[in-house]
Formats: sequence, C-alpha cells, structure tokens
Amino acid sequence: MSSHCKGHPHILVKDIGVKMNEKVILKVENILKVYPNGIVANRNVNFEVFEGEIHALIGENGAGKSTLMKILFGIESPEEGRIILNGEEVKIENSKKAISLGIGMVHQHFMLVDSLTIAENIALGNEPKKRGFFIDKARMIKKAEEYAKKYNFKINITDKIEDVSVGVKQKTEILKALVRDVKLLILDEPTAVLTPQETKELFAELKTLKKQGHTIIFISHKLNEIMEICDRVTIMRHGTTVETCYIKDTNPQDISNKMVGREIVLHVDKGEVKRGEVCLEADNLVYVNSIGKKMLDGVSLKLRKGEILSVAGVEGNGQAELAAVLTGMKAPISGTLKIFGQEIKTFTPATLRRNRLTYIPEDRMRNGCAAKLAIVDNLFADKIDKYLIGNIFLNRKKMRKKAEDMVKDFSIKCGSINHQVQVLSGGNIQKVVAARELTEEARIIIAEQPTRGIDAGASELIRRKIVEYRDKGAAILLISADLNEVLELSDSAIVMHNGRVNAYFKDTSKLTEEELGYYMLGVKNQSKEEVNAIL
Amino acid sequence: MTQVFESVLSTSFLYSVIRVATPLILASMGAVITSNAGITNIGIEGVMLVSALTGVFASAFGFGPWFGLLISIITGILCSLVIGYVSMSLKADSVLTCIAFNTMAIGGTVYFMYAVTKDKGTTLALNSGKLPSVEIPLIKDIPVLGEILSNHNVVSYIALLMIFVVYILLYKTPMGLRIRSAGKAPNALSSVGVSLLKTRYIALGISGILGGMAGAFMSMGYVTWFSKNMTAGRGFIALAADAMGNSTPVGAALSSMLFAVAEALSYALQITTISPELVQMLPYLVTILGLVIYSVKRSSSNKKKREKLANQ
Repeated sequence: MSSHCKGHPHILVKDIGVKMNEKVILKVENILKVYPNGIVANRNVNFEVFEGEIHALIGENGAGKSTLMKILFGIESPEEGRIILNGEEVKIENSKKAISLGIGMVHQHFMLVDSLTIAENIALGNEPKKRGFFIDKARMIKKAEEYAKKYNFKINITDKIEDVSVGVKQKTEILKALVRDVKLLILDEPTAVLTPQETKELFAELKTLKKQGHTIIFISHKLNEIMEICDRVTIMRHGTTVETCYIKDTNPQDISNKMVGREIVLHVDKGEVKRGEVCLEADNLVYVNSIGKKMLDGVSLKLRKGEILSVAGVEGNGQAELAAVLTGMKAPISGTLKIFGQEIKTFTPATLRRNRLTYIPEDRMRNGCAAKLAIVDNLFADKIDKYLIGNIFLNRKKMRKKAEDMVKDFSIKCGSINHQVQVLSGGNIQKVVAARELTEEARIIIAEQPTRGIDAGASELIRRKIVEYRDKGAAILLISADLNEVLELSDSAIVMHNGRVNAYFKDTSKLTEEELGYYMLGVKNQSKEEVNAIL
Repeated sequence: MTQVFESVLSTSFLYSVIRVATPLILASMGAVITSNAGITNIGIEGVMLVSALTGVFASAFGFGPWFGLLISIITGILCSLVIGYVSMSLKADSVLTCIAFNTMAIGGTVYFMYAVTKDKGTTLALNSGKLPSVEIPLIKDIPVLGEILSNHNVVSYIALLMIFVVYILLYKTPMGLRIRSAGKAPNALSSVGVSLLKTRYIALGISGILGGMAGAFMSMGYVTWFSKNMTAGRGFIALAADAMGNSTPVGAALSSMLFAVAEALSYALQITTISPELVQMLPYLVTILGLVIYSVKRSSSNKKKREKLANQ
C-alpha cells in the first residue's frame, strides 16, 4: 500500500462520513501468476480490502485485474503468494471453495441459464428440496423473493432470464451470490453493459449492500464511477499493484496517470472536416431479428467521404443490427443499400468488402480475429490474395515484412508476430483488428465500439488512426456507446432509438453529453425534417 | 394390397407398434437426458448392442432374464461412463469417441458371442429366456383396446413409465435443473460451484440405464436371442427422435412412436411383392423425412413470424 494515503486515514474516514472500521477482511500478498504460455499476468500483487468498503480496482486492459479476481474466486491458482481472509491464510482451489469462504463474483459475461427463471437461476446448485427428491418450488420462490426484498432489488422472480433486460440479469447474478451468504462480492466491470439508469440503480443497490455489511470489490474502467461510489481504489499496472488510495485523497487525473504511467491526451486533435461525395447510402432499412423483434425500423442515412459520422444510442436500439446489415453480416428484410451509387443486392461480407468497405466488429474475439492463429495470419485474413506467389502459395516473406510494419505502426505489444492473437491483452488484440481494417485501400470503414473495454493507451491510438484515415479520405461510420468518444471523434452524429434514427447533428462540436442523452433515451425526438437533413 | 390394409388396420398392427416402439422410446429417453446435459451421445447405439449381449449371457449363465436385465443396465451404465471418461475426462473428440465405441461394439459383441457359443450369427444355442409379458387387469378385457395394450413385455410398460420418470427428473428435481443448466449454460453451473463434469457423468449414467434396458428388451423381449448388430441403427433413430422432439421427453416419445409406426409398417409390407430391401428402408427413410420436415417447418415458421412483424 502506498505511503501517501496511510498518513491520515482517520481524517479521511471522517470526511467520507462513513463508518469504516478498517478491519482488514482480505489481504493479498506477493501474488505471482504465470500462464502456461509464459505470460506473467500478476507479479508482486499486494493489496488489502477493509470490511464494509467498496474497493475499486482499476487498471488498463492486460494490467492483470481479471487474473487477480480469478485467483480470488478460485478459477486460477497462483504460482506464489498468500491470500489471507479474516486473518487466516486460505487456499482457494475452486469456485465452490471461494463461495464457501464467503467470496462471490459477478462476471462480466453473465453466468445464467437463459431458459430458466430468475428464481431457478438463483437456486441452482443450492435447491430447496421436498420429500428428499423434488424441488420445493414454493420455498425456492419465497427465498429468492425474500432476498430481493431485503436488498431492495426490483425484479420479478418468476420471469425467465431470456425475457429480462441486462440490468435484471445482473441483479440476478448479484442475488445468486447473496443467497450463498457471500460477504465479499467481486463485480467485474458491472456497468459496462448497463444503461445510465440501470447504472444508477446498481449504485443504489451497492450502497444498500454496503450498509448491510458487505464488502465489494469493484472493477471498472470508468473513473467517474469509481469516484462516485468507491471508498478506496487500488491501481494496477503491468500485472502489479501500484498503489491503494482513499478516493477522497485523489482525483481522476491522478489515477489515470498512475494507471498508464504517463499523461493521457484526453482530446484527439483533428482538423476541419472536408466532406466529399456520398459513399454509402442506406434507404429505409428494416431488419427483424430471430425472435421477431423489429430492430431496424426504416433507417436512412448518407455517409460522405472524409467525415466521421457516429451512431449513438443506448445499447439494443438497433446500432448493432445496423452495423451487421451495413457490413453484410445480416440481410435486411426491406430497404436498399447503395455504395458509391451502386445498389447492393447480395448481403454478404464478401460483396461489401469487394466494394472497399472494411469493418471493425464489436466482438473482437468472435468476429474480429481468429484467436488461435498467429498475429501475422490475422493481419492479412481479408487480403490474402494480395500476398500470393503464383496464386497458390502464401508469400510469407512479404507478409512478415508488412506485418512488422503494421505492428510498429499500431504499436502492437507482442513478443513476435508469430504468437497467437489470444495471448495478447484486449487492447492489443483490438489493435491487430484495427491494423487489418484501417488501410489505404479502405474507402468506407464501419467501426463498431472500436475502443470498448480496452485501455486508455490503445483507445487513444485507435482514435488517432481513425482520424488519420478520415483525413486520407475514407468515410467512417463510428458506432459507439461511449458518449465521450462520440463527441470527441465525430464530425456528425445520429442517434438511434427503438430502431429508428431520432436525431441528426451535422456539427457535433457544440453538442453536449446531456443533450445527446435526452435523444438516446427518447426524451426528445427531432422532427422528420431535422432527421432527414442527413439525406 | 387389400391384404396390407387389413393387416395395418388390425389390432395386431397397433400391438406391434408398441412392441417396436419400446427400444426407441427407452433409447430416446436416454438421448433426451444427455442432450439436455449438453452431450451428443451417439454412443447410445453401441451401448444398446453391448447391453443386449451381456444381458443374454447373464440370463443364460446366471439367474435368468431378470438377472439379465440387471446386468444389461449395469453394462449400459459402465459403457456410458467409459464414453464419458474418454470424451470428457481425457477430452477426446466426443463424436469420434462414440463412433469408435459403436464400431467396437459391433465387432466386440460378435467376438464374444463366437468365443462363448462358437456361432458368429446368433446366440440361439444359449437358452437365455425372455422377460415376462404382463396382462393388465381390466384393460385386457376391453375389446380392441385390450388386445392392443395388454399382454406386452414388461419392458414395454417400463418404457412408457420412463417417459413420465424422465419428465419428472428433468423438470421437477434439483438434478434435472442441474442437467438442463449443464446443457444450456455450463458456465452458469460451474459458477455456483456445481461440478459440470459430475453432472454430465450422472446424465450419461442415467442414459446408460435407459440404453441398457433398451438393449435388454432387444435380446430378451423382442426376440429371445442376441444376433449380430441386432440394434440396426435404433440408437441413431432414437437420437433423431430426441432432435425432433426438441429434447423434451414427451416430444421424443411421440417421435419415437412415429418411427415405430414406420417400422411396423415395413414388417406389414413384407407380405407384399414390394422388394423387401425397399420395405426395410422405410423406418430410416421416415426418420430422415421427419427430420427434414421438422427443420423446414421450424425455419419457415421463424421466417413467417419475422415477415409478419416486418409488415406491421
């Protein structure tokens, strides 16, 4: 723990106005974790968590936060180091042991069974029985309801998971831990998937939990959230804990600097926009998903050369489907798409890529890269035909040479271009994807959440690159849930709400986050004429 | 042709449907359990075959057909666990493991049959006996219905009972909840500290019980001997029934009945002049047709739903 916090903790405690007895509930000492592939994920990790506090854990992607939490929850075991829980050294071999020790975890990707109800998910593994053999459904529901009431969670226990919102799924996850009498709750980037309102609700719930004596470890990338809800913060960098401070004693700039070890430029420098001809034109696109929900409800837009047009919106309002249709991953039910004036008839990625459209997908592991292939192989997946000898054999030499250039250009941190993509950190994987898609040849670039969940350094680089290719004359559609990014990076913006475009801002320089938020939530809607100004 | 109609419309035809449905229902219940647990257990075919032989041996050299049934069930469990051990604990490809097991089952049963009876075709030389048939009081006296429903082999009634048992197991017990979770969201199961491996072993074990009973019926109910490859793809048909029944006990049982009708029909048609090879193909043809119709209907109903919504 850092010295500068330790000097006057009692005064700080008074400042926060929270009774914190500073009883150490969890102490982690000198953890070393080396993965079989030789990556050192944790080294010299030391930190303490006080009973009844909300303790933030922050760090860039690849800083080792997730590994550390997996160790605490028994998913990974460390090579060296000690974990001391309530003053006793413990070995956490598996999740079951972690739960029995009172440690619970809410994963970033929910661990829920979609076809079961909330109550069944909560009871799973711990089912109340009657007559020794059958599930006691009444008792199961009653218990789940009791806990939901106790912690003030507003959910309907008998709903099926597949029918509820992301926020409710998360509440279910938290309840799942609570019914197992968990005292220490680890939340792995809990707000990444939530709407602003759901985030607010979550914070209220976390405060209730804290009041009832629970300790929370809160992993996040979002500084403002940490400042709002946490008592102390531990900063991690390159697999090591750098420092633990009282929130009251620090500020976002300070935390940010310690995270990356250097100043982050929070603004992207970009010149005047020089709009050219229309590159991509969508007219009245309609898309209905597999469960019959109309995700795109007549979307029309025009994307011009040399501009960054961003698509803002709360997740699930059709942005993802728009990206899928524009890149040929999904075919619309009606409507037309023209690229450079030519109508697209067959919606396949191949057709669109042939029209010099490239795509940075949101899910980099599933759609963005082949995780088990080498970095060099991933970099050329879409342009193999340009690296052939006699149309048959790969020109490995040419590929390697170009790959080295790209690795340098995008500062991809890797041991060798022959390493598998999956050994890289999230930010570096995204750089590999970006390096492949942001090329001189690309005329239209669809970037879907290009900086989501990656560290500040990588985000900055990717944003800079996007601007660079805008200036080189590409037309860029930026789909982002990060309002900061929308405001900072784009020249124009549209907002999607309920599958429709409900606002268009030609110039984003005077737009504020609040204003954008009103449209995203559908509190305000522009008139048809205002929206159609884009056409 | 009238001859065929007469035989199809007779009570003995419907009686034979239940008879041929028995192994299909039992095996498909096994398939329902494993597919709910997230395992595609192609090995059920081999499990049935091996159990059919061990049952005959146990009955002939041990204590009769009931003992044979017990040994068949134990064999089913053991075989399933072996498949599980190789594919889950040793992490071999599960499809390849099952194919290897099925191939081994065909060859292995003939080998042991020859070693014991010096006959490569059947175990007719052994006096292995038959599980008893049961007359159901009251029902047996009802005209027509009695002739169809009564006097079946005891395993046929067990098979019908198993539809209910599997339903209760899957939807009303903690184990069922875990099995369904293991198939739908294995991570969710692990996250609450329940062992995924253990749950899947249990599911495989239960499918082994059902597969073992199906095998015992083949060699000690359907006929009274074991013959080379006597299951003849019934395990695969049971998997198709599971798929068509959407992995629900009732759905799979109804699909099994449909396939059984086709099989019974193929026997009825053997009295005609139609080439016997074509007739014998019938159950398999119906299985393929069933799966095709099921898939086409499912995707077209999805599409219709989407179009309807789009036009609203």
